[in-house]
Amino acid sequence: MILGNRLRIDGALFFGIVMLLGVGLFVVFSAGGEDWDLLQRHGIRILVSLVVLLLVAQVPPDALQRWSPYVFFVGMGALVLVLVLGYADRGAQRWLDFGVIRFQPSEIMKLAVPMAVVWVLTRRPLPPRLPDLILAVALTLLPASLVVIQPDLGTAVLLIISGLLAVFLAGVRWHHLLMLAAVVAATAPYLWYRLHDYQQARIVTMFNPWADPMGSGYHIIQSQIAVGSAGIAGKGWLRGTQSQLEFIPERSTDFIFAVFAEEFGLIGAAVLLVLYLFVVGRSLVLAYRTQDSYSRLLVGSLALTFFFYVFVNVAMVTGVLPVVGIPLPLISYGGTSMVTLMAAFGIIMGACTHRRLMS
Amino acid sequence: MGVHILDPKRDSSITKQRLLLATMLVLVLTMVVLGRLYYLQVVKHDRYRTLSVENRIGLLPMPPVRGRIFDRNGEILAENYPVYELEVIPDQTQDLKRTVRELNDLISLSDAELDRFDRLLKTRPSFEPRLLKHSLSYEEASLIAVNQYRFPGVALRASLRRFYPYAGLTAHTVGYVARISEEDLRQIDRSAYRGTRYIGQLGIEARYEDELLGVAGYETVEFNAHSRIVRSLDQHAPMSGWNVHLTLDVALQKVAREALGDHRGAVVALRPETGDVLAFVSTPDYDPNLFASGFGLHSYDDLRTSLDKPLLNRALYGRYAPGSTIKPILALAAMDHGLDPKKKVFCGGAFKLSGRDRPYRCWNRDGHGDLNLLQAIEESCDSFFYQLALDLGIENMSSWFGNFGLGQTTGIDLNDEPSGLVPSRDWKRRTHGEAWFPGETVIAGIGQGYLLATPLQLAVATAAIANRGKRVQPRLLARFENLETGEIVPGPEVRITAITAVDSSLLDTVIQGMIAVVHGPRGTARASGRGAAYRMAGKTGTSQLISIGQDETYDPNSVPERLRDHALYITFAPVERPRIALAVVVENAGSGSRVAAPIARKILDYYFIERLRRAALTSPANDFG
Repeated sequence: MILGNRLRIDGALFFGIVMLLGVGLFVVFSAGGEDWDLLQRHGIRILVSLVVLLLVAQVPPDALQRWSPYVFFVGMGALVLVLVLGYADRGAQRWLDFGVIRFQPSEIMKLAVPMAVVWVLTRRPLPPRLPDLILAVALTLLPASLVVIQPDLGTAVLLIISGLLAVFLAGVRWHHLLMLAAVVAATAPYLWYRLHDYQQARIVTMFNPWADPMGSGYHIIQSQIAVGSAGIAGKGWLRGTQSQLEFIPERSTDFIFAVFAEEFGLIGAAVLLVLYLFVVGRSLVLAYRTQDSYSRLLVGSLALTFFFYVFVNVAMVTGVLPVVGIPLPLISYGGTSMVTLMAAFGIIMGACTHRRLMS
Repeated sequence: MGVHILDPKRDSSITKQRLLLATMLVLVLTMVVLGRLYYLQVVKHDRYRTLSVENRIGLLPMPPVRGRIFDRNGEILAENYPVYELEVIPDQTQDLKRTVRELNDLISLSDAELDRFDRLLKTRPSFEPRLLKHSLSYEEASLIAVNQYRFPGVALRASLRRFYPYAGLTAHTVGYVARISEEDLRQIDRSAYRGTRYIGQLGIEARYEDELLGVAGYETVEFNAHSRIVRSLDQHAPMSGWNVHLTLDVALQKVAREALGDHRGAVVALRPETGDVLAFVSTPDYDPNLFASGFGLHSYDDLRTSLDKPLLNRALYGRYAPGSTIKPILALAAMDHGLDPKKKVFCGGAFKLSGRDRPYRCWNRDGHGDLNLLQAIEESCDSFFYQLALDLGIENMSSWFGNFGLGQTTGIDLNDEPSGLVPSRDWKRRTHGEAWFPGETVIAGIGQGYLLATPLQLAVATAAIANRGKRVQPRLLARFENLETGEIVPGPEVRITAITAVDSSLLDTVIQGMIAVVHGPRGTARASGRGAAYRMAGKTGTSQLISIGQDETYDPNSVPERLRDHALYITFAPVERPRIALAVVVENAGSGSRVAAPIARKILDYYFIERLRRAALTSPANDFG
């Protein structure tokens, strides 16, 4: 991989990502009702994301480390701006529109939160002590709570997960972890109370979707029917009745896994999961091989966050977790999430291919 | 804060250890997801496959075309014509109120239609279509069709509407269809009515509902999530209902209806030898088309509460004291019990029952003098029949009324036929808890008192006389016809009951009396027999609704209209070979000879002269019978 090294690309990881993107093209085509325009837009987005991956991969990790706090503060500023600007607007305000590009500050935070947390924790020897830990948790919860207000529960959950993963990888002591769990348990009723009605309904629905099959239970019932009716071999590409007859809601985005599972069955779903495991596993191997704590923690937490994306989405579609609006990474159509994800892989690859000077 | 010395080796071992732990977590969570997929796709696969099929596959009912109804000459009495109905599915509209407002601008909806729509909105789930307006004109339907793109959730639905070209003329016989009510739904086989919204409510429409309805078909279709039909998978075509051909002659019916004029009353015309019902008229009537197309706000209530009872089929349900029309049967009964037809009885204008002060008057206050049985029939002498009744006794009289079908259903193919009333000693004790009085026997001799008969029963009895003692079951159904298969199924055999007690020579004597009623010099209906090209046998009757005091005279002008006498007349013709038997009842119109008999004459003149003349003009091969 001479070329790969020069481009700061990890060949195996890149191969896995491209495989997933390729699968995504087929599924988006089917979920979109064989819409060539949609497929074309998806393809362009993939190409743009690949360019972003390449560019980000060129950034050396020590630069990343130095920029970490600034990236975080810029992200926070953008989040506040979104809230202020969007206050008078419709229910959900997630975008900043710069005329040429629209962009979603919460996407930056997906990278900025692990970067900032890892930055805080690696300034001192591991495992982290309590003050650093509290600071790290604050750096996680602050943006997450701003995102919840937007309201975007899915992204907020992922931000918290990415922060916690960084804390976990940093070797947080178990009794600190227990304390954290206790705090979460104590604040859970308040958080529940703060949730929107529809968000509460989604969580209630998860336990018994049939209580309201045409209302809040509709999404999860229809997607479970799609997955379950597929059987082992699936109904065949472009032949999923639940997908093609539009019973599955949000089928090119959040529920695209239901489309895939309906058309390719248990075998297809298992192959897809193995593909994801390969990408995650390769990233973890790369994390393992890095030489400094900042790179290892950042790469590790980005890789694990990616896995949790997949897990939360598939668990949601199959009814294991409540419905939170998270796309299936690298496969779902649209959004800036694809760009963010590829930037994350750019960071992973860049961190592992640059030889760092020991400080 | 103390100085912290970074220890890369220790950091590295901590983070590597945590990476391994995280990797295990990844594997565990992956197994959870795979386990869930296995559960959904293998363990519960059958259940979800069923749900997925139910999601998208639906059965669309294809209602059958209701059979048409014809008269004996192929005139259409009930048919179907296509109409457009405007339906709205509230769930699929963007803004229901605005949609209705814009539709109103386009085709202008009435307040009644808007009210009904509001009512429907509250009672049905909002994903079901509901009716906004029925029977759109062609222009309205095109306006909607052209603007369809503006109105998601609004649909034009083509359907067939029942139509009765003769409207009121055949309403009482043919009946009508109306929307299936909640009550109907409890009684019918719902699957047979899938997609059908009307059901026969009265008359032939109700009686032959099963045959007229046809067999519902269905189409298996695939729906998408928005309940839009994507494609048709399978079709089972419906089978049209049987066409029903009646024995009715609607032209004769029309003549009878016109002859009745503005009177309330009934006319029943039968073919004596076959029981074919040629005319079955009841006035006033109503427009049966309103039941399918919808009434205005008040008109159904008006019909229901009207004093004239237009909804009542008098030919079938009207129960009248038969008056003197009963005399031929009594004459036959008396002769059978040994009365010599030549024996004369004196009529002095009244009849006195021994032991009672009050005399029973003859209609002729001056008296008929001496007359025999034939003359008593011809002149309808009441005194003669008072004595005759007293000699016979009520039990003998009742049994003879029964011989001619009174007090029992005729078996006509219409639902809920009443049986009328023939009194007896037992009956009186059962229902009134009283003994039978001799005076009641006396007035039964002129068809007054408890005795009640329907116009149809009178016609059947008349036909039995015309048939020389063979009583036929009247029938409206001639045959069923299946247009698709060409199959023709005749109506059931008519039941003919030979009245065994009747001696045909005695019957001839009675018929002689009835001929004299029309053609005799003193016959009560002689005015209606004058100049006839054929010979008739008849009997007039006048049925009193109030009793007249001893010294009073009956003055129609002093009696409220609805308490005036009913006029009755029975007749058959031609005497030599009877082709038609008639019963005419005219409510509160006065005497049978003055009012009812002329109506019968008009009907008979049409039947024997005008009809044949027209038939000869149009089609020489026609049935001249």
